[in-house]
Parts: sequence; structure tokens; C-alpha cells
Amino acid sequence: MGEAIAFYVISALILGFAVLVVSTRSTVHAVLFLVLNFLAVAALYVLLTAQFLAVIQVLVYAGGIVVLYLFVVMLVNLKRPPEDHSAPQRRGWLGFALSGVVLAQLAAILVWGGVGAATDSSAAQSSDLALNNVERIGMLLYADYLIPFEVASMLLLVAMVGAIILAKREL
Amino acid sequence: MVDGFLVPLLKIVIVLNATLVGVTYMVLLERKVIAWAQSRLGPMRVGPYGILQPVADAVKLMIKEDITPVRADKWVFTAAPIIAMVPALIVYAVIPFGPEVSLFGRQVTLYITDINVGLLYIVSVASVGVYGIILAGYASNSKFPLLASLRASAQLISYEVAVTLTLVSVILVAGSLSMVSIVRAQESMGVWFAFIQPIAFVLFFIGGLAETNRAPFDLPEAEQELTGGFHTEYSGMRFALFFLAEYANMIVVSSVATTLFLGGYLAPFPNVDALNFLDIVPGWIWFLLKTFLFLYVFLWVRATLPRYRYDQLMRLGWKVLIPVAIANVIVTGIVKVLL
Amino acid sequence: MATPSVHHGAMFDTDELVINMGPQHPSTHGVLRVVLRLDGEKVVDAEVVIGYLHRGIEKLCENRNWTQIVLLTDRMDYVAAATNNVGYCETVEKLMSLEVPRRARYVRTILCELQRIASHCLWLGTHAMDIGAMTVFLYAFRERELILDLFEEYCGARLTYNSMRIGGLPQEIPPGWDKKVLEFCKIMDSKIVEYEELLTHNRIWLERTKGIGVISGPEAVAIGLSGPALRGSGVPRDVRKDEPYSAYDEMEFDVPIGVVGDTYDRYLVRIEEFRQSLRIIRQATEGLPEGPIVGKVPRLIKPAAGETYHAIESPKGELGYFIVSDGKSTNPYRFRVRPPSFCNLQALPRLVRGHLVADVVALIGSIDIVLGEVDR
Repeated sequence: MGEAIAFYVISALILGFAVLVVSTRSTVHAVLFLVLNFLAVAALYVLLTAQFLAVIQVLVYAGGIVVLYLFVVMLVNLKRPPEDHSAPQRRGWLGFALSGVVLAQLAAILVWGGVGAATDSSAAQSSDLALNNVERIGMLLYADYLIPFEVASMLLLVAMVGAIILAKREL
Repeated sequence: MVDGFLVPLLKIVIVLNATLVGVTYMVLLERKVIAWAQSRLGPMRVGPYGILQPVADAVKLMIKEDITPVRADKWVFTAAPIIAMVPALIVYAVIPFGPEVSLFGRQVTLYITDINVGLLYIVSVASVGVYGIILAGYASNSKFPLLASLRASAQLISYEVAVTLTLVSVILVAGSLSMVSIVRAQESMGVWFAFIQPIAFVLFFIGGLAETNRAPFDLPEAEQELTGGFHTEYSGMRFALFFLAEYANMIVVSSVATTLFLGGYLAPFPNVDALNFLDIVPGWIWFLLKTFLFLYVFLWVRATLPRYRYDQLMRLGWKVLIPVAIANVIVTGIVKVLL
Repeated sequence: MATPSVHHGAMFDTDELVINMGPQHPSTHGVLRVVLRLDGEKVVDAEVVIGYLHRGIEKLCENRNWTQIVLLTDRMDYVAAATNNVGYCETVEKLMSLEVPRRARYVRTILCELQRIASHCLWLGTHAMDIGAMTVFLYAFRERELILDLFEEYCGARLTYNSMRIGGLPQEIPPGWDKKVLEFCKIMDSKIVEYEELLTHNRIWLERTKGIGVISGPEAVAIGLSGPALRGSGVPRDVRKDEPYSAYDEMEFDVPIGVVGDTYDRYLVRIEEFRQSLRIIRQATEGLPEGPIVGKVPRLIKPAAGETYHAIESPKGELGYFIVSDGKSTNPYRFRVRPPSFCNLQALPRLVRGHLVADVVALIGSIDIVLGEVDR
């Protein structure tokens, strides 16, 4: 019962902040709402007993990636005057219509698609999953999915090096 | 009902109040300790030996005029000091202050909660604390506080990496992310982690100094920054909140260091039976003593050392601390596998 | 404090940013204004604006008689006032070819060297505090207090002494004063060790001062530096040795010389000057001759027509007085001071170029200026 209330409240927050991200005028405010969105998603993870994921969500997303977004936004100063938002080419109703279509497609996939019962290898795992979050994820990452993990880190490294080369005036 | 709700609530109330009182008295402690290091006395007038000085400071700041710059972003301007302060306070949710005690007929654990990712929780909360500084500079709607705040937060982020890598080696030794388990691991190994991981200890301390913007890493706050840093436009209680947040962060770093490296609430040499008489002193007193020792070293360092320039500071963080921390993790891992 | 004035262009263009530092700034040691042109964090150029403390001392002196001028000289380098007094009195004595008794010359030397220590204490405290070592500030001022106490006992004042007269000194030293001076020397010896412990081999201090503001010997001479700033660059010029005055020809002391000419060398030079000053004070106090404290001076001081220049070694550098007397009036015709801080400050733009903003303050401290002298 309490879980259901918590779930609905958190989901409302997530959706609310997401809408605010795209609808607010100031770019910095948009980034801040994104942070709040991520924090709400972390709360959802906690509700799903994925505590490790929740903490990593805060640490990496809210505390790392969005901070860098914020740096960029502040340095480039993207605050445009309000008049730009009522530019004649802008058609709000078209945006709403398009998002409605996408929403309908997602709903269709969810209801009729193949996302049925989750394939849990053994029921016993779910009981200790809540307690041994870190260990299970660690085993998966470093044993079963080692190569994708390494590839992802190489990808990040390449992105970093590329950004430095693009940004530095003289190497 | 009582156990699930009231007891944690009571613990939260106690811990928050203790922290806030501690933070305000840190102000006095800093002035006194630095004064004694400089062969003078510090505040002496308000109350006997200046004990009531924080009260006077608090009253003064609260009755000051609340100035908000005209074109500042009002919401963000008000929120920034709060965002700076709150992470420092909520870290206390996972820190163990003492072993289980029996109070009023029930077993009470002297920590608010023990989550199995306690250490990561602390690190993630600290990373959110950076927003307070960035937003303060942004909300002032003035170029120089903005640049100063970006520099201060760049410093914080860089040293966060170093500190987190340091913590990895502690996790390797303890085998768990939970703060309570780390203390119990020290108890079962019979020796504080400061002796098993001295490099990590030193690195954590240096990183803690940089994380809390304390000397010798406090150039973003010093007068050589031609403006007053990210809090130039703040006055009155909001300004006070920033400084209290800095002290609260100091206490947090000290508490975490105590728990991770100095055995938390354990007495010195917990495995030596001859020193069992030390167990008369309750665990939380040991915890407070050790935290206080750390804080004293923070203040001592501030009174003694000159300041690093910003580029030297960043160079130290990236080119010295991080490689050493990584090397420490590798060596710890190898030793753990071999043993 | 600082009023940033952006040149033009957006924040991160390659255009230069012009920043104004002062005249009210905690680290400019007085009312000094420095306008910096920055490229990002590096200083491209600096313009020093002075004159905020100009009081017209040189003109005022033309309307005072020769004895009254001693008062005004105090106010130039107010950190080391007795040195100014000595310089002036000796210039007039040179103009009038007066003989100063030996005892007076010895006491003058003691007072000058005490001033040197006091001035260097202030320099050390403020320089260290600018770089962040705040405790050294209080330690240095604690020792300066001891010196000021000695002066207060001698002439009744702590900052502006008026402690010299043409031909000698106004009064005899109080009984027991020389013992106190020797006691002070003993205390000071251990305190210098304290300062060095905190700074000289401190890694952060080294990183903040080594290689900052390097100026070579020939360049320093060309700009007109003098004093420890010049000696830090390796030029062995000290007025006390090259053109001895007071009792310096009878004293044994060394003059520390630097090697590289950076801030660290200037720091070491001044620390060593502490020790040499103590050496001189001990020699002068222990060998204090008996005799009159003031020479044969006419009641009305009226030098014959003529002009003279005389320089002494003040703690900041070569302090020179050029005085012209027309032989008729009781006032000088022209009174001109060559203040060491004024000439040393001209090196600031040259020193600061290429360094970061945080170094500017360290360099101002390293040159060791007093605005009272710069502006007069």
C-alpha cells in the first residue's frame, strides 16, 4: 500500500520534472529540473531495491554528467530572451500531437509487445538481490559482460580525448 | 511503530541538532585554535572565554539585511546555500557513532541506518553538494562570481575523483561498502585501517582539505581572487549558510575519515587485551575524540601552510593524487589476491 | 574592491580583459592601484597608478626650517622612520661639514639596524600573509612590537620618531636601554629560526616563490632597483659597504647576495639581513663609546649656499636626499628625495608580465614598497 503511494508520487515527480525540462525558458533551469528528474529516478530505483543503481545514478548522472552540462550552459550563456520562444514558426500543437503519437506507439509496444514476464533465472536470486546488489552487479559486469564493459570505457576514453583535441587552442 | 519510525526519528533529531550545534561551535573553535597558534587569544569578550561568540555571530547574521541582486535568479539564489548545506547534513544518516547499546530496555544501534552501499551514498551525496557552489556563482548574475564558482567547483570535482579512488582501496580491504561493516572489519582485524592503508589515509586527508576548500587549497576563497569568490553577492543568513556548510563539510570529512581509517567508535588497539580498560569509555566518545582530532589537524594546517595557486592545485590533484591513488588500488588488489 | 571592466567581446574570446586592483585592496600594502591586462589567467601588462598618498612633503619642506624637516621625513617611509631621519640629518651634516660625535654615530647605527629588522618583520608578515601563511604575520608583528617598545622607551613614539637632530641625537639613551637591546637580539635569533622553519623549506612556499618574478642583474641595474631587490639578482651593491656612513665603516658584517633574482632569492636575502643586522647591533651596542650625543651645532642652522646628495641604505633600498641651500633663508631651497620604493616599483610591470594573477600580489610584496615613500 505504502509502496504504491510512493511509486505514484515518485512517478508524478519524474514526469513533472521531465515536462518542466522541455518547457521552461531558461536553459539553466532546464538543467536543474533534469537533476531533480534524475534524483527522482534514483528514488524509484530504491523502491525497486536496486540501491547500488540508485546511488550510482546520483553519483554519475546527477553529480557528474549534469554538472558538466551546467558548466557548458553557464559558459556559453544560452539564455535567450523570451520573445524568441514565441517565434512565428513555432507550432506548439504540432509538438503535442507528435508526442501523443510517440506515446501511443510506446503504449502499444508495452501492452502487445514481447515484454512479458521477466525472465528470472532463479527465484532464489530475487531474495538476496536486495541485499547483495553490489556483488551481483559486480559479478555480471566483470564476469559475464566484461567485454562490453571494457568497450564502453574505451568509448569514454576516446570521447574525452576527442573533446580535448577539439577544445584546446594549441596542443 | 516505535522501532520502525520513532526511534530513527529520534536519532535523526539528535544527530541533526548535534551537528548543527557542532557546526556553529566550529566557528569559535577555528578562531580560537588559529589564535592560539598565532600567540594570541581569540574571542574572549562574549561570555566566559568567548564561549557565547557563536550566539553573537548567529544573531548578527540573522538580523542583517537580506540583499538579493536585482537581476539575480531569485529561486536559484535562495536555493544555492541550501543545496550547499543539505548534503553535509544527510551524510550522517549512515555513519555509525557507536556499537549497539541497550537503552531503556531495548537494543539501540547508534547509527541512523545501515545501507549496504553506505560509502557510495556518502560519495554521491558529496557530489551533489557541488551544485551549491556552481549555482551560487550563477545566481549572482555577475561574471566574476560565476568564474570563481566554476573554478571552485572544478577543484571540487577533480579532488572528488582522487578521494573516491582512495576509498576504493579501503573497500577492497574491508570487503564491503557498508559503513558499519567497515568498522566491524577493523574490529575483527584488530587494527585500524590507517595502519593497513597509510597512503590512502594521507590521500584522503589531502583530498578532504581540497574538497572542503580549506587551506592550503582555498585560493577560490582568498582575497587574491580579485573578487570575493562565488559568495560575493551573498549577505546575511545566506552567506552564513555557506560558511556553515563549509564547516559542516569539514566535520563530515572528519567523521568519514574517522570511521574509515581510525576505527570509528573502536577504542585504540581493540585487539590488545591489556587495554580493555579503555572500554569503559563509550564508543561514541571515542568517535567524537577522533573526529575532533581530525578537525584540529584541519585547523592546524590552515594556520601553518601557505596557499597553493590554482594551477598548482589542479596539477597536484590530477598529476599526483590520482596516479598515486590508482597505484594504491592496484597494489592493494594484488596484495589481497596473494594473501 | 575590484571593479572589473570588460574590454569587449564575449567571455571567452582571445580579447584581453582589463582588471583594476586597488587602490583599496587588502594586498596592495597601501593605496596602490595596479591596472592589469589579462589574457585568460596570464598577465599581459600591468600599469601602476600611484599618487593616492601624495601629501606634498617635498614642497612642505621648503617652508620649514632645517630642524622642523626631520618631522616630515618620518612620514615618508613610515615603516622605518628613523632611517629617513638619519638620511636627512646626514645630508645636512654633509652640506654643512659638521662633525658628528662617535657615540651619536653608534647610536644612529643601532637605531637604523633596529629599523631594518622592524621593516623586514613587517615585510615578512605581509608577504607571507599574501601567500597564505597567516601565522607568520602575527609572529613577525610580535617581534616588531618588541622593537617598537625599545623605540618608545628611547624617544616616546612608536611610528614617527623624530629621533635625530642635525649633528646628533636629541637625547641620551635611557639607562639600561642597551641591555634591553642585547636581550632583544637574543630573542630575535630564536625567532628567525621560527620563521625559517615555517617558510624556507616549505614545499608550498617554494612553489609559490621560486621562479616567480625573475629579473637578471643587469636588467635590475638598468631599471634602477636597489636594496634587497637588487641584491636578490646577484648585484653586490650596498650603500653601507660601498659608501659607508654613520658607524658602518667600523662594523663587521656581510651583505647577502642572491643568485637567480626570483621572489625566493629576495626572501632569502632579507632573512639573512635579519641576522646581519643583529650582528651589527650587537657590535655597536657592546662597543658603544662614551662621549657627547650631539656635536657642535650652531643655534640657527643655516648651511652655506650649495647642494649635496647623500644616500643611505634604508631597508627598502638606496634612500637618497638631494638638498639645495641658497645660504640666505632658514629653509632649504629645494628638498628632493630619491625614495627606493618609488624606483623599485617601476620594476613591477616588468616582473609581472607572463605570470598569473595570483602571483601579482606575491610580487608586490616581494619588492617591498611603502606608499608613503612612493607618493611622498
